[in-house]
Amino acid sequence: MSEQDPIVVRCTPELTYRYAAGRYGSRFLRGLKEGRILASRCRRCPRTLVPPRIACTGCFGRMEEVVEVPPRGELLAYTQVTFPFLDPFTGVKRPIPYCYGMVRFEGTDNTFQYFLAEKNPANLRVGQRVRAVFREERKGEMADLVCLEAAE
Amino acid sequence: MGERVAIVGAGQTLHRSRRLDVSAPELIDEAVQAALTDAGMGPDGIDAIVVGNMEHFEGIHLSDLWAVEGTGGVGKPQLKIATGGTTGSSLSQAAYYLVASGAFRTVLAVGWERLSDSEGETTTGIVTAFDPIYERPTLAGAVSGLAIMACQYQSKYGTRPEDAAEVVIQARENALRNPHAHLRKPVTTAEVLASPMLSTPMRYLDMCPTSDGAAAVLFTSRPGDRSAAWVRGVSGAHNHVYLGDVAEGAASFLNTLTIAAERAYKQAGVTSPREQFDVVEMYEPCTWAALEWAESLGLCAKGQAARLWGEGTTRLDGDLPVNPSGGVLCTNPIGATGLVRVAEGSLQVRGRAGERQVDGARLALTTGFGGSFWSEVMILGRDA
Repeated sequence: MSEQDPIVVRCTPELTYRYAAGRYGSRFLRGLKEGRILASRCRRCPRTLVPPRIACTGCFGRMEEVVEVPPRGELLAYTQVTFPFLDPFTGVKRPIPYCYGMVRFEGTDNTFQYFLAEKNPANLRVGQRVRAVFREERKGEMADLVCLEAAE
Repeated sequence: MGERVAIVGAGQTLHRSRRLDVSAPELIDEAVQAALTDAGMGPDGIDAIVVGNMEHFEGIHLSDLWAVEGTGGVGKPQLKIATGGTTGSSLSQAAYYLVASGAFRTVLAVGWERLSDSEGETTTGIVTAFDPIYERPTLAGAVSGLAIMACQYQSKYGTRPEDAAEVVIQARENALRNPHAHLRKPVTTAEVLASPMLSTPMRYLDMCPTSDGAAAVLFTSRPGDRSAAWVRGVSGAHNHVYLGDVAEGAASFLNTLTIAAERAYKQAGVTSPREQFDVVEMYEPCTWAALEWAESLGLCAKGQAARLWGEGTTRLDGDLPVNPSGGVLCTNPIGATGLVRVAEGSLQVRGRAGERQVDGARLALTTGFGGSFWSEVMILGRDA
């Protein structure tokens, strides 16, 4: 370092967090363990949303009803991620490339952002039918839902 | 509407990929002193301060504490505002409301960011803004979030990557006239289309950079004989928590921008935005966003934004110059970025924008973008 170079100080903390899935989130994750996709429903709007949550996005009313929706739907947008970055979920670089998309499950009004089985974005199209792929040994966590794959 | 509010001073740092020559408070000081000089005012004239950044990028907490050496906030009311990408525009809105309410005569808004502090891991910071259970595992920050929007836009209108490239080509040309801008190097269509793919269809040169920089803007109800940019319209619209709710299939991905713009237009008496605005300083984090959001703002019909850029309407010498500063595509210190839009808009209507001045600009539209696709709008005029 020369006399003129600015001095920088490096700091590399290792931090661990724990998040509460909450009442609705816990039901959703237990649903995944059973191989089911759960949604919350607002009777007033009417509106059905995945993941289930306490307040309706349409009217801010209470979503008191939790219902099962079919594990299939329509792909409304997608992307293939190809750039490297540090994943704050795991603390290491996220494996790339991977495709994910916005899927509207049948009978729902919003979309759910999740991994796609397809590796090549050239094979994906908006409006495509997809279905949920669950893993064999399920533990009640997000990874029980492996991905969404083409259903046609 | 309370007190009429004017901007009488705007200051910016030199925005660069790494400002290792200064600490955070020294960076803030650079912008604040420039704003005071621009206004011909001393620190005693400031009654309150709003300051903000996006804390996760620097890995510090209480950024308002860190900032105080630069803001001059000791002994004064100082509030922190942090709304992600919109932090800068939220600061301008908060400063406006504090002055308009009559509670304070003069309020200083300061936005800053040192994105180089996290050594290039801006995406990591952005991902932590989203739900850890449902959306963090898939999201690759603003890059993939905006790529999803671009996918939808492209599939709806058949817009080509070269149409999007035109946005950054014009932005880089404009940045050559802006000494504060971070990226001041022209690019060609071929270079944009050959740049690395980040997240389909978003390429490296479609996306904004990460910058170190700060901005400071002075809002007052008592401009006296100072050169003033009057706040003519202010609004914002927040959005749902999940990106899956945002992408629900509304007419526009950034529906919040239309909501905020309609309210601000009404306040300012704007009925034909394309005709009435002389200049736009839009928060366009990527080329595709500029296209879609020009439509959300009503600057052209749906699906027509590629023509707006292609025909040169948006050029500095066009009918409706967009981002004469070079915009976010050339400069992006995130916590300052929205405030830079306001600063640039105020300089335009005050006739102080130097080489990037739009001749005779009287009415400027500025926008902010952040979070799960939420928006803020501020309209500035030479006339009160």
